[in-house]
Amino acid sequence: MKNRIPVVLLACGSFNPITNMHLRLFEVARDHLHQTGMYQVIEGIISPVNDNYGKKDLVPSHHRVTMARLALKTSDWIRVDSWESEQAQWMETVKVLRHHQNQLLRSATQMEGLDPGKAPSDRAAAPELKLLCGADVLKSFQTPNLWKDAHIQEIVEKFGLVCVSRAGHDPKRYILSSPILCKYQHNIQLAREPVLNEISATYVRRALGQGQSVKYLLPDAVIAYIKNHGLYMTDNSQKGRSTQGN
Amino acid sequence: MDKVEKTEVVLLACGSFNPITNMHLRLFELAKDYMDGTGKYRVIKGIISPVGDAYKKKGLIPAHHRVIMAELATKTSCWVEVDTWESLQKEHHQEKLEAGHYNQQQNSPVQEKPGRKRKWTEQRQNSTQKKPPEPNPKGVPKVKLLCGADMLESFGVPSLWKSEDVTHIVADYGLICVTRAGSNAQKFIYESDVLWQHQGNIHLVTEWISNDISSTKIRRALRRGQSIRYLVPDLVQDYIQKHDLYSTESEDRNLGVTLAPLQRNTGEAES
Repeated sequence: MKNRIPVVLLACGSFNPITNMHLRLFEVARDHLHQTGMYQVIEGIISPVNDNYGKKDLVPSHHRVTMARLALKTSDWIRVDSWESEQAQWMETVKVLRHHQNQLLRSATQMEGLDPGKAPSDRAAAPELKLLCGADVLKSFQTPNLWKDAHIQEIVEKFGLVCVSRAGHDPKRYILSSPILCKYQHNIQLAREPVLNEISATYVRRALGQGQSVKYLLPDAVIAYIKNHGLYMTDNSQKGRSTQGN
Repeated sequence: MDKVEKTEVVLLACGSFNPITNMHLRLFELAKDYMDGTGKYRVIKGIISPVGDAYKKKGLIPAHHRVIMAELATKTSCWVEVDTWESLQKEHHQEKLEAGHYNQQQNSPVQEKPGRKRKWTEQRQNSTQKKPPEPNPKGVPKVKLLCGADMLESFGVPSLWKSEDVTHIVADYGLICVTRAGSNAQKFIYESDVLWQHQGNIHLVTEWISNDISSTKIRRALRRGQSIRYLVPDLVQDYIQKHDLYSTESEDRNLGVTLAPLQRNTGEAES
């Protein structure tokens, strides 16, 4: 019986705040990978960005991490990881991928160490870590100075992308218009989300700032947290700083 | 403090709710924010009224499941509840508002119907006891039909609605229609004499955050073993899974059967 390749999905982003749409990305990506017959998704990781990213309206990372944790309470396969947000500096996505890849290798080695009697053929393949994103991120590869070319290459060559479609974006076109992406398109999985879902965190923040309801757009526990801590009461929760490039 | 008397409003949503989704629930939130925001209205309650099995829509699963899912979905809501009256009827009443069920609830707080939740009538009764019994038209909550653009457009489907029923709904009750940005709702109102005449009673609410979670897509995803997580409340998803509600077989229910209102209205026209 052919063994499926175990996969871990990593999503990086502001998660400011986390919404049902973010959570859907994981579900859609997992369904897609399973449907190919080649993969078995074993874990999902949400990695909220460091405060020093400098994005406008970014609330402190401990809030964003806690909200993600609350949102994931009822998920049995997705977890939040605060490593990226706890670093002294903002770091490029590829470095976050490298860190988590090392973590996975380390725990895989530890597992093997615990059971030396297992024959090599019995050992499951080491999990592949893939970057989970929306089509807007794929498009952002084209923005000058936002990503280093070498990093884009490493991401698609060494790791792989799972890209969930979003309204108004044509991921195939982005791939075709980039030589690097074209070369490694076999490592880019395009998943379709049939449900048009534009729950952007930007809209959510605006609605909150205007005192409107966001119920059913994010988990109840996250909404309660936002209310209890008075987050996103105005449109500018933090002074905007100049955004740094990748 | 402004002393403007606000009209109390009850939002009533009718439909298959097969199953209920986060999008249905959002309709209530959007409509409430809009009505409260006009300064003229105060939304005091939302009612979900799942259609009865006699509606004969393709893929419609038994009403008791749909009612339970709606109740699970509104568990965490302090103002939206489920009404089972329509779902218990042996025959389908397209003119449900005409049937006077909700009208009676408005004016006679002690009316009770089998299977009806008492909460709403009790509230009504309490409030009339507290206030002096003076005729106050603004004191009676107005029931308004909450819907999406598809229902507005369904008014134009031949034999689905009687024209006098459509008139009755827009003239005596009113519509709150939540639509996606760029929809044809305004055009549709313009092209219908009845709707145009009563446009003051039709509120169009724009849904800027597109949230296209149709029940049809949910059922399709379930048949294909795909996840519906975060598209419906967790309790609803658990219930669907536990009872294995949607399948190819369930989707074929009422296959080839004419929708109840079409059958009735076409039959009457021919007789």
